[in-house]
Amino acid sequence: MSHGPSASGGALQATPAHTHHDVPHVPVFVGERLTELHTIMSRYPSKMAALLPALWIVQDVRGWVSEGGMKEVAGLLALTQAYVKGVVSFYTMYHQHPVGKHFIQVCTTTPCNVCGAEDVVHAFLQQTGCGELGQTSADGRYTVIEVECLGACGFATPIMINNAFVESVTPEGVSRVLAELD
Amino acid sequence: MGYPHKSHERESPVLSQYFGDPEARTLAGWRARGGYEALQKALAMDPQEIQTIVKDSGLRGRGGAGFPTGLKWSFMKPDGKTHYLACNADESEPGTFKDREIMRWTPHGLVEGVALAAYAIYAETAYIYIRGEFTEPIMRMEAAVQEAYAAGILGANALGSGKRIDIHIHRGAGAYICGEETALMNSLEGRRGNPRIKPPFPAVAGLFGKPTTINNVETLAAAPYIVKHGAEWYKQFGRADNPKSVGTKLFSVCGNISRPGNYEVALGFPFKDFLHDLCGGALPGRSIKAVIPGGSSVPILTLEESESALMDYEGFAAVGTLLGSGGVIVFDDKQDMVKQIARLTRFYAHESCAQCSQCREGTAWTTRIMERISAGYGTSEDFDTLLSIAENMSGKTICVLSDSCATPVVSGLKKFRGEFEAKIQISRNKVAMPGLPTPPGAPSRASAA
Repeated sequence: MSHGPSASGGALQATPAHTHHDVPHVPVFVGERLTELHTIMSRYPSKMAALLPALWIVQDVRGWVSEGGMKEVAGLLALTQAYVKGVVSFYTMYHQHPVGKHFIQVCTTTPCNVCGAEDVVHAFLQQTGCGELGQTSADGRYTVIEVECLGACGFATPIMINNAFVESVTPEGVSRVLAELD
Repeated sequence: MGYPHKSHERESPVLSQYFGDPEARTLAGWRARGGYEALQKALAMDPQEIQTIVKDSGLRGRGGAGFPTGLKWSFMKPDGKTHYLACNADESEPGTFKDREIMRWTPHGLVEGVALAAYAIYAETAYIYIRGEFTEPIMRMEAAVQEAYAAGILGANALGSGKRIDIHIHRGAGAYICGEETALMNSLEGRRGNPRIKPPFPAVAGLFGKPTTINNVETLAAAPYIVKHGAEWYKQFGRADNPKSVGTKLFSVCGNISRPGNYEVALGFPFKDFLHDLCGGALPGRSIKAVIPGGSSVPILTLEESESALMDYEGFAAVGTLLGSGGVIVFDDKQDMVKQIARLTRFYAHESCAQCSQCREGTAWTTRIMERISAGYGTSEDFDTLLSIAENMSGKTICVLSDSCATPVVSGLKKFRGEFEAKIQISRNKVAMPGLPTPPGAPSRASAA
């Protein structure tokens, strides 16, 4: 068993989602989360196979995957930090930077594009105040990106807000979608 | 039933018969609909017997390649080695959203199919690799797996058979390429999703280096019905003159169409009736111009070409395209085909894993040219360049992502040449109007004149 993270005396501080990169890393895998990781690891014949699930846990808890998070996961799974970073950067869903409280992904691939998805993107950019794709709004509430095929083409335009799907969004419906967010 | 609309009377709903029926999602509801009877039956049979039934049924892989499922299973022998089953639920092919509905509405149907297939290939462990964006399907599948464990359907003594069957859900993290079977295995092992060179084939050295079978969701969901009702029953679906394509198939329909959604028809169904009758044809006041019938990686058809097609592996091949994953994308007369093909190439450029240079460079280069033409800064030399890049991108890489990017460009240039030419004419007119801004990377105006 590789070394576990030292559980900073139980004084685990909740880290806000929008911290700077140089804030010291508070371990994610302590207590129940460490147990959960061990349960996941028991499903595979190699430790490395638990890498994607472990990164998901980091992102679920912290809102993104920091260098510190990668280092912690690397230690637990007996991998190098560089290897973990190589994997993190391959997949589009792991955030390597903090994002807005509501991370909005709008599908604009061809099937949605022919149904007017670009107008939906513009409506989100305007109404969230993000202005530009990938930018987080000044109040930290929103980040809007275009995403490649969400696999819900019959329900154009589908969007994802954090982990939730909203189907058949039209430019006119954007204000209602935003009004329903906390 | 049917979802998002009721099943049409000309459909043959088997896998989709409980779409829209929330009761079918629970273990009790699934059992009340005859669920897990096929697994119970299978566990009393010899695995090779199951392989034979599936082989006789004519079931072919529903993920896109159409490889005979029973034949694939028969590569797995009782050799005493650890075997794995991987269920490919990384549904990411633009235009395709059938596996999503199977997992959302009939999660136990997939658990049953996966358990049955695992037993049939001498595997004790199966992984269902679901794309990361499919949060609801993941939740439904996890709930079904938990219920199945609690009821003793899975685990050390599956359904009291004395056989061990474990199923684990594995969440992807955003990568189209992980739907390619060897990339999926790499991703499951905790690696970057780069496809592997074959051979060795997965049946020899797959997941964790062990013999592995990888099947699509729809394929596995069909297996219990075949075991339950027999190969002859399954073969009744299909056209009499084509025994190579039998059974039912889910088609996802999207784009500019009156009734988008999933439809399940017997293979060999006439596409013209499918498009106009089942799916309701064009939106009011508009007309259909083009169709991509099998997910974004297959050649584009004009409406006329598509209307003569029969919806099976051979029927689509006869009109110069492929059945693929069954994702039907419809374009109407309002669409700019150059722009939409450019958007498709951008998708492939974004999704290239970048390990083969033909793909890494070719998808990006193709996209730059396509977007330039689309913006009205193209030259007629661009057509030759595109075709030459396409030639160099096809059949020369580890997987077929590169070929898939070339496909819409080549078929689009051939079939919608007029729209490409019109874009070049815009470019020529700009040359005649000095002072217009030229984007970075635009060709020399002199050569366009």
